[in-house]
Amino acid sequence: MPKVLMKGNEVIAEAAIHAGCKNFFGYPITPQSELVAYMANRLPEIDGLFLQAESEVAAINMVYGAASAGVRVMTSSSSPGFSLKQEGVSYLAGAELPAVIVNIGRGGPGLGNIQPAQSDYFQVTKGGGHGDYYTPVLAPSTLQEIVELTKLAFDLADEYRTPVVLLGDGMLGQMMEPVEFTEEDMKVLPEKKWATTGTRGDGAPKVISSLELNDVNLENHNHTLQSKYEVIKQREVRFDTYRADDAEYMVVAYGTVSRIAKSAIDEARENGIKIGMIRPITLWPFPEKPFEEYRDKVKAFLSVEMSAGQMVEDVRLAVNGKAPVEFFGRTGGVIPNHSEVLEAIKSLAGGGQ
Amino acid sequence: MKVVFQKTSGLQDKETHYCPGCTHGIIHRLVGETLEELDVLEDTIGVASVGCSVLSYEYFNCDMTQAAHGRAPAVATGVKRVLPKNRIVFTYQGDGDLASIGMGEIIHAAARGEHITVIFVNNATYGMTGGQMAPTTLVGQKTSTTPKGRDESVQGAPIRVSEMLATLDSVHYIERVSTHDVANIIKAKKAIKKAFSYQKEGAGFTFVEVLSTCPTNWGLDPEESLKYVKDKMVAYYPLGVLKDRGGDN
Ligand SMILES: Cc1ncc(C[n+]2csc(CCOP(=O)(O)OP(=O)(O)O)c2C)c(N)n1
Ligand code: SF4
Repeated sequence: MPKVLMKGNEVIAEAAIHAGCKNFFGYPITPQSELVAYMANRLPEIDGLFLQAESEVAAINMVYGAASAGVRVMTSSSSPGFSLKQEGVSYLAGAELPAVIVNIGRGGPGLGNIQPAQSDYFQVTKGGGHGDYYTPVLAPSTLQEIVELTKLAFDLADEYRTPVVLLGDGMLGQMMEPVEFTEEDMKVLPEKKWATTGTRGDGAPKVISSLELNDVNLENHNHTLQSKYEVIKQREVRFDTYRADDAEYMVVAYGTVSRIAKSAIDEARENGIKIGMIRPITLWPFPEKPFEEYRDKVKAFLSVEMSAGQMVEDVRLAVNGKAPVEFFGRTGGVIPNHSEVLEAIKSLAGGGQ
Repeated sequence: MKVVFQKTSGLQDKETHYCPGCTHGIIHRLVGETLEELDVLEDTIGVASVGCSVLSYEYFNCDMTQAAHGRAPAVATGVKRVLPKNRIVFTYQGDGDLASIGMGEIIHAAARGEHITVIFVNNATYGMTGGQMAPTTLVGQKTSTTPKGRDESVQGAPIRVSEMLATLDSVHYIERVSTHDVANIIKAKKAIKKAFSYQKEGAGFTFVEVLSTCPTNWGLDPEESLKYVKDKMVAYYPLGVLKDRGGDN
């Protein structure tokens, strides 16, 4: 297929359609509105379902209904709307329903602004709603990677019967890049025998529910969820490294800011600083392996984020005291420029050589 | 021997958890009988809400999904819209669930003319959480959060949900019925059957409000409770058809 020039938000929508998702429920919010508009145009053309909900709360519950009927379904929002969806995400996790939720993050807290931010990291990686649960979180850094990870998001959701979050920010959502939609074979996944589609001769009624009044039974259910999360941790961790092999210092960055960090790393290398990068692609499960590999080799880590310092907590846990962990971030929708990241790298490396 | 009464196959063979004198059970039966008589049990997906009827998914003999508090109309929208058109989808919701926390979801499902049937059980209180004020609690009615009785100057007047929804153009059918005596239960059955029949024919949003008792939280015995519905509730919530666009869709 030839490459096409598209906006990030539209790429997510088209990638979802390529992944076999024909059902979308959304609510307008900047900077993800193009995704909703794209779905409104495209889905009717392929006999899909687009519905504008009255709120994010309604949208996520429509997703819950559609997911319980066994179809691939998606909703998208940005930070304030993503907060509203948390009740529904908790129910999806509890009832073990597959769905993909996109968060194109913006500056917060509160209404904040519409500029790109990564300050929803805590919310997406630590559950977000109430109860003992996690959702896999995929964080692309290029539009081509959005194509791959959107497909993966649906496959993970169906394979593990879990909501999956695709996390971007206003920058990724709004930028344009050439992308290619490859016609990959669909992964063969188990049939959704549990879906409530009407019994139609297949015996006893099916129930989708997250309610369990008996404490021991609920604990057992929670253990089942936790074992599933363990399997996801074993099998589904994804990350990338950049110029890491001989690195004495290591940047940790994901999504948009990892692109800025890359050019800062190149320039630091020209200045004689041996620095590389670990780029988590799954934010949950957080990639611990590369830290185990590098924490004894490097002199220090630098977490670079568009937040006041959120992922840095997971970096510290993964480094486990074996090396210093520093932080550089801009917040409130400010995008760090590569020279300030370079300065942070230089000060990490003791003022530069 | 001639069988004069048989339990409907629309309900599972289970003992319910409802209190003695609670009319939730009667309303379950009416819905179950309707689904059986219309021969749609195998094509039906019910959406349980949060309230005393939260476990209704254990009683109805069809596929069921359980929604968050107030969100059943949104969940039902998702179910109905993605499945083939011959599927029947209904919600079963209390007045706290539907008229308080879920007011947004019900209004918009009605406004969109979702092809679902809503069974709205109005017992003028929050049964499950211990008898707090609901948006439908009558003026003067004592609840655990209006210990001196609902005061219109403080809590406003109760909401007549059916009348409000009947103002929406895309609504197909709304009727308010009651369960306080046999004659009214028969009428309630007819209304519920009409609502589901409309859905089966492909008509739009159908809604039946059923006045119901909560002896436990009203502090009345079952008989007094029925009388309370008849005298007090019916006076404020008049019975009858509020909207009916007929059989031609
Ligand atoms: C988000 C949320 N808020 C509050 C509750 C607590 N809660 C459970 S049932 C209920 C009220 C139910 O009352 P109603 O819908 O009138 O049904 P009834 O029990 O009277 O049949 C409330 C407030 C909850 N489960 N979830
Ligand atoms: S508390 Fe009230 S509504 Fe709930 S089961 Fe008992 S009588 Fe019925």
